Amino acid sequence: MAASIVFDNVSKRFGPVTAANNVSFTVEGGSFFSILGPSGCGKTTLLRMVAGFDTPDSGKIYIDGQDVTKLPPNQRPVNTVFQSYALFPHLSLRENIAFGLKIAKKDPSFIRQEVDKMLSLIQMEAIADKFPSQLSGGQRQRAAIARALVNRPKVLLLDEPISALDLKLRQKMLLELDLIHDEVGITFLYITHDQTEAMAVSDEIAVLHQGIVEQAGRPCELYESPKSSFVAAFIGDTNFLDGTVSTTGVEEYSQLHIEDFPEVLCYNDKKLSPGELIHLSVRPEKIRISLERPPEHTLHNCLQGTVEDVVYKGDHTKYWVRIGGHRLGVTQQHSRFLLDIKPIEWKDEVWVRWHADDGYILERYDAVDEKLVEAPSEKVGSIEDELEAAEEEAEQ
Amino acid sequence: MRRFREWLLTLPSFGWLLFFFFIPACIVYTFAFKQADITGTTLPGWSFNSILTLFEKQTLVLAWRTVWLCGITTLISIFIAIPMSLHMALSPPALQRKLLLLIMIPLWSSFIVRIFAWKIVLHPEGFVKGALVYFGLIEKSTPLLYNDLAILAVMVYSYFPFAILPLYSAASKFDFHLFEAAMDLGATWQRTFFTVYLPVMFPAILTAGLMVLIPAAGAYVIPEIVGGSGSEMLGNIIARRVLLNRNLPEASAFSLLLSALIFVPAVMISRWRTSQIKRYN
Repeated sequence: MAASIVFDNVSKRFGPVTAANNVSFTVEGGSFFSILGPSGCGKTTLLRMVAGFDTPDSGKIYIDGQDVTKLPPNQRPVNTVFQSYALFPHLSLRENIAFGLKIAKKDPSFIRQEVDKMLSLIQMEAIADKFPSQLSGGQRQRAAIARALVNRPKVLLLDEPISALDLKLRQKMLLELDLIHDEVGITFLYITHDQTEAMAVSDEIAVLHQGIVEQAGRPCELYESPKSSFVAAFIGDTNFLDGTVSTTGVEEYSQLHIEDFPEVLCYNDKKLSPGELIHLSVRPEKIRISLERPPEHTLHNCLQGTVEDVVYKGDHTKYWVRIGGHRLGVTQQHSRFLLDIKPIEWKDEVWVRWHADDGYILERYDAVDEKLVEAPSEKVGSIEDELEAAEEEAEQ
Repeated sequence: MRRFREWLLTLPSFGWLLFFFFIPACIVYTFAFKQADITGTTLPGWSFNSILTLFEKQTLVLAWRTVWLCGITTLISIFIAIPMSLHMALSPPALQRKLLLLIMIPLWSSFIVRIFAWKIVLHPEGFVKGALVYFGLIEKSTPLLYNDLAILAVMVYSYFPFAILPLYSAASKFDFHLFEAAMDLGATWQRTFFTVYLPVMFPAILTAGLMVLIPAAGAYVIPEIVGGSGSEMLGNIIARRVLLNRNLPEASAFSLLLSALIFVPAVMISRWRTSQIKRYN
């Protein structure tokens, strides 16, 4: 049975900065668990507290049911893959991998056998006697993983282990990590700022923002039902719509009043009553776009607007549609040969529609998070203005 | 063309080495094979007399004392400098600059004055002796001054800043994630220090050793001031031959010996370096 990790009301401050604010969540034993967040959100601090390099100001951390909060790093059943790999420069690859077993005073023949096993797992038997400075980035990364895994830790901690590699290698290493996880079957705690990385490999993700766990759950839960505007905007792309509940009508559906829009229908799982302020998140790929008026459907929201921007990406196109004071981002997947179809162009009058189930009402909304949504600028130079404004808001 | 330009750029440093190091050294060593004149100049023709004095028993005693005094000075300096430089590198940057300044400040005052200050510190009527006698650590008759121990103390004091500088510069570049990595793999702090820190720092430790060894080997003011009659070093004999005896050939011969004593470890270290560079790249 693989070891679980439990964060129980963990808080940590560094001077004026709160790195972790009452963090509580559980990492299931044997899972590939990611802590995802922008830089400076405190995710590395959480990992360092599991490894034992930092101790929480308050709260407890349990590994496999054992309270490890005060345990020094060399007595914890975890091993870490560092962002900088931290391979010992004066030791060969083989000696690097053997380091932990030597410290544990294991039998030399056992060490040799285990190191050989690891070398074959990472496919580096041929270069076992090279030194870290002679290895490529990807090789160093695998060496760091092997050096940690050879000790058979209960939990493997990975601190942005592939962020130093270039894009193609990063994608390959990510899949390799997943393979290694399947092979060894222990708990992986993976720290990253890259949401695509986290989505691709994780069983579960905790989204961390300013020291607070915004939401934890399976990747598709986070994507489909984000609790906060931060999660909605940080994971994937979205449209934010603000409005009020006008009527709570048939079944669980409610009519929403949004400025410049006709009444919008939405699934009201939050049981809000008329007059309440709501923030709706609608993913761009859930919105359909067409030149002709679509057939009527009771649960569809159907709106008319003008195409303001078209970004063609090959497999899909992103349209920006102006409806009154709003700009809606809409992505259209191209599953047919595009040259046979009349394309949607700039200034075209179009119809956009989405199913009432596809708009999701957020529990928490913060206007700053709209800056995370990728949108073309309104005028030249406005990018700088927006960035400056975002920075100022962040400072306040 | 590029080659030529490179040559042109390195020419000044080559010229400097040639005119201010290589040629003067050759002149000094050449004098070792001349014969001294009573007036302080040299006689025409060549002679091995000065070289032969190097093999006299008293020279060998002197050479051996120079070697062990310098060796122990180097070792003690490194032993002090390693933990000090590590502590400095781990301090916050503002404190690092202050600590560095504290180490450099004594170097701004006159060398001679500082050694005379030591004479006061170790004086038979001085407070150090008084305190040691008071606590019963030494007898009242035990001399602190004018012996090998005094030379050692002052040499360590004078030259260990030279060990701090290379060690500190290497320690501040040291990747302290390696400490975390080693402890993560189960090592204790002490074990990490000996199996990771010292091996990685070894080249800097060697450099620090040379930085102390070279000025220590040439020391003659320190044994002159705080040493006794029986604690002369090679530097003293060279100074005496030049300044008092006006015997340049013998002074040159002793210089040749001193150079050789330093040359051996310097070459060994340099060869070891080359082998390491080949090994890691």
